[in-house]
Amino acid sequence: MLDLILTQMLNGMASASSLFLVASGLSIIFGVTRIVNFAHGSLYMLGAYLAVTLVGAFGPASPLGFWGGILLAAFLVGLIGIVIEVVILRRIYQAPELFQLLATFGVVLMVQDIALAVWGPEDRLGPRAPGFKSFVMILDSRFPSYELFLIAVGPLVLGLLWFLFRRTRWGTLVRAATQDREMVGALGVDQRLLFTSVFGFGAALAGLGGALQLPREAVTLHMDLSTIAEVFVVVVVGGLGSVGGAYLAAVLIGVLHAFGILIFPKITLVLVFLVMAVVLIVKPYGLMGRKPAATLPGAAGIEPLLTPATPGAKLAGLAALLLLAAAPLAVSDAWLLTLTELVIFALFAASLHVMMGPGGMASFGHAAYFGLGAYGAALAVKWLGAPMEPALLLAPFLAGIAGIVFGWFCVRLSGVYMAMLTLAFAQIAWATAFQWVELTGGDNGILGVWPSAWAVPKAVFFYLTLAICAASVLLLRRLVFSPLGYALRAGRDSPLRAEAIGIDVMRVQWAAFAIAAFAAGIAGALFAFSKGSVFPTYLAIPRSVDALLMVLLGGVQTVSGPVVGAFAYIGLSEQLVKLTPYWRFTLGLAIVLLVSLFPRGLVGGFLAWRDRRDAGDPAR
Amino acid sequence: MEPLLDISGLDARYGQAQILRGISLSVGRGEVLALMGRNGAGKSTTMKAVMGLVPPSGGTIRFDGRRIDGREAFEIARLGIGYVPEDRRVFSELTVMENLSVGQRPPRQGAPHWTPERLFALFPNLAAMRDRPGGAMSGGEQQMLTIARTLMGNPRLLLLDEPSEGLAPVIVQAMARTILALKGEGLSILLSEQNLHFAGSVADRAAIIEKGEIRFDGTMAALKADAALRAQYLSV
Repeated sequence: MLDLILTQMLNGMASASSLFLVASGLSIIFGVTRIVNFAHGSLYMLGAYLAVTLVGAFGPASPLGFWGGILLAAFLVGLIGIVIEVVILRRIYQAPELFQLLATFGVVLMVQDIALAVWGPEDRLGPRAPGFKSFVMILDSRFPSYELFLIAVGPLVLGLLWFLFRRTRWGTLVRAATQDREMVGALGVDQRLLFTSVFGFGAALAGLGGALQLPREAVTLHMDLSTIAEVFVVVVVGGLGSVGGAYLAAVLIGVLHAFGILIFPKITLVLVFLVMAVVLIVKPYGLMGRKPAATLPGAAGIEPLLTPATPGAKLAGLAALLLLAAAPLAVSDAWLLTLTELVIFALFAASLHVMMGPGGMASFGHAAYFGLGAYGAALAVKWLGAPMEPALLLAPFLAGIAGIVFGWFCVRLSGVYMAMLTLAFAQIAWATAFQWVELTGGDNGILGVWPSAWAVPKAVFFYLTLAICAASVLLLRRLVFSPLGYALRAGRDSPLRAEAIGIDVMRVQWAAFAIAAFAAGIAGALFAFSKGSVFPTYLAIPRSVDALLMVLLGGVQTVSGPVVGAFAYIGLSEQLVKLTPYWRFTLGLAIVLLVSLFPRGLVGGFLAWRDRRDAGDPAR
Repeated sequence: MEPLLDISGLDARYGQAQILRGISLSVGRGEVLALMGRNGAGKSTTMKAVMGLVPPSGGTIRFDGRRIDGREAFEIARLGIGYVPEDRRVFSELTVMENLSVGQRPPRQGAPHWTPERLFALFPNLAAMRDRPGGAMSGGEQQMLTIARTLMGNPRLLLLDEPSEGLAPVIVQAMARTILALKGEGLSILLSEQNLHFAGSVADRAAIIEKGEIRFDGTMAALKADAALRAQYLSV
């Protein structure tokens, strides 16, 4: 027993090392550039793939071939990081946080397809490290010596980072820039060089983390997103910007994982979630994090006023609704199915918009509530034998309850911290659906989620969907112009002043979070019945990003935007999937181009253009 | 001889609001110019525009005969202009020595060369707290540190934004002695100030700014002699 505990402990610490390398890179980059690099998991994955190729080419049997390959892989990932910084990020340092996150997510999509094209869909196994192929006897059990080496890597890198940041001029400049970038520039330091070097360094750390995993586990195309979710948890628990905190949290999460798998293999992630919950209750900014400096009011730009629809807009909305209602008379069943999905996604986007627009809360995990709605319906059908009507009624409550629980934590944070936490929760929901095979069927999903007999005809189901979604969207609109909506906007624009006039900002945000989750659950439940099945992908990160893109495409500042955005985005991406097998790359490229050409968003870009035209000053 | 800093017709705006309207000023070599005026008159914005922290929307700025308007802050700093912001902005996580090292630049022709040891002679208080974090210092000590940090860049022109603000009278006197010592080293200084007594003790010339426009530009003696002028623009 004792040796089991000890080996699991050591196992956990070994996996903590890689996690720490990636998390510290992310933390350092965020400190200086204020960008949360979503693509950090992709850099980790690239490190692992490059190492497979390089070590294979250099000869895995010789120590020089193996270790040379590992280090060169890390170095190359650093160079890739520099290219990403110079080509993409440099253009968007002034853009809103959300656009920066989106741009790095575009990179995630592009890297996924590049890795697929270069290394193929099969998992790749790396060689074992020369000199570390044997076992060490610990008490009575055999423990791989490479694991011991990895355990040492964590503190070693921690020490190296400490030396770099405390004892070199570069490190001093990085720490100074983390606090006040502008002042560092005014003292004669070229920030561009500093930012690029920091990004390259952070990327190389991630690449090293990935390359060192080679002898431990298979290299797969899923490493990127599963890693980034874990790293977000580590960074939130450890405190963003604190390297020591990142190490502490990585060890905590790593060890927890190792024991969790041993004791409750099905709910490992729940365990991680519980620890994160406890930490955030006690220390909202993580174990060693500090409260971030308050952003200056107006620094992010003043949000345009949301106004109730004009009679013209109401008329246009009614016309669109009538047009949709007339659709079954004119189009084929296949098209009707697509239209049904479009209407569902419009509600999904509108639910996210309530959080993001009036609420000012960015969610990178809204798919969790959509997926929970879908699973709620499917589980009710499968396990309770419920027909469609009660299943549709019950399902949103599963999403709503999750919204209440997850939201309670999320509203305690703000900005990127909050976005990272929403993503982590979504990943936990996804992993539960994926891992709890007995309940959810795992990757195979749940099949046979069909509507009741009367709703089986495509046209009838379309009308049902249209009725429920239109009513829900109108209710959400109503909410924006209700006292709750006003309080929400007050809290977004000036939390301090809102508190001072008696608004409990956190509570209001919490309510909005839960309502948005509930509405997303309605959309998810309808989606389950329209497809006849549910799969873990419904809760996965790409679906969350779909929702974000819909909202951003339509414009965060408009109430009807998300609905328009949903139609534009789904229409576009469906065409893209048909046109090219590398649709992820194309979509990622489109996102990156969109963000770097219009760093203030489509609507913002348009407004700026109009201002320039009206000022009659073509030169500026 | 041409002035070291020559500002001509400078405009600056924050969004819709125009802050500076056609400012023209010059600082001669080895001269101390006090830019005076009430809160919100445009003193700090003038400094920031010179430093490249606020982009000018019109006019020109020349330093040592070279156009610097539209350049980035780090380039302007490297040309030899040192900026001391009014809110100090010391790096609170960094020690005194580290703060100084951030400002360090190579020696420069025609400017005094500073080392930490020379600066500790100028600011004896700092010498005793080399390893103290900037955040754990008093306001006066932080003000000394910001100036010392900027001097590490060996500037030829120093922009001092309200150096006496919020300091105890005894510290203000020490500050005046420091500025005179720097002038003695051959440094040119543009300082913004509301305190006429303080400005009068260190500056050769004074300019008065009001609502983004220059209303007076002359010798310190002329300003001291003109009670009506002082009452109109400087009295609170």
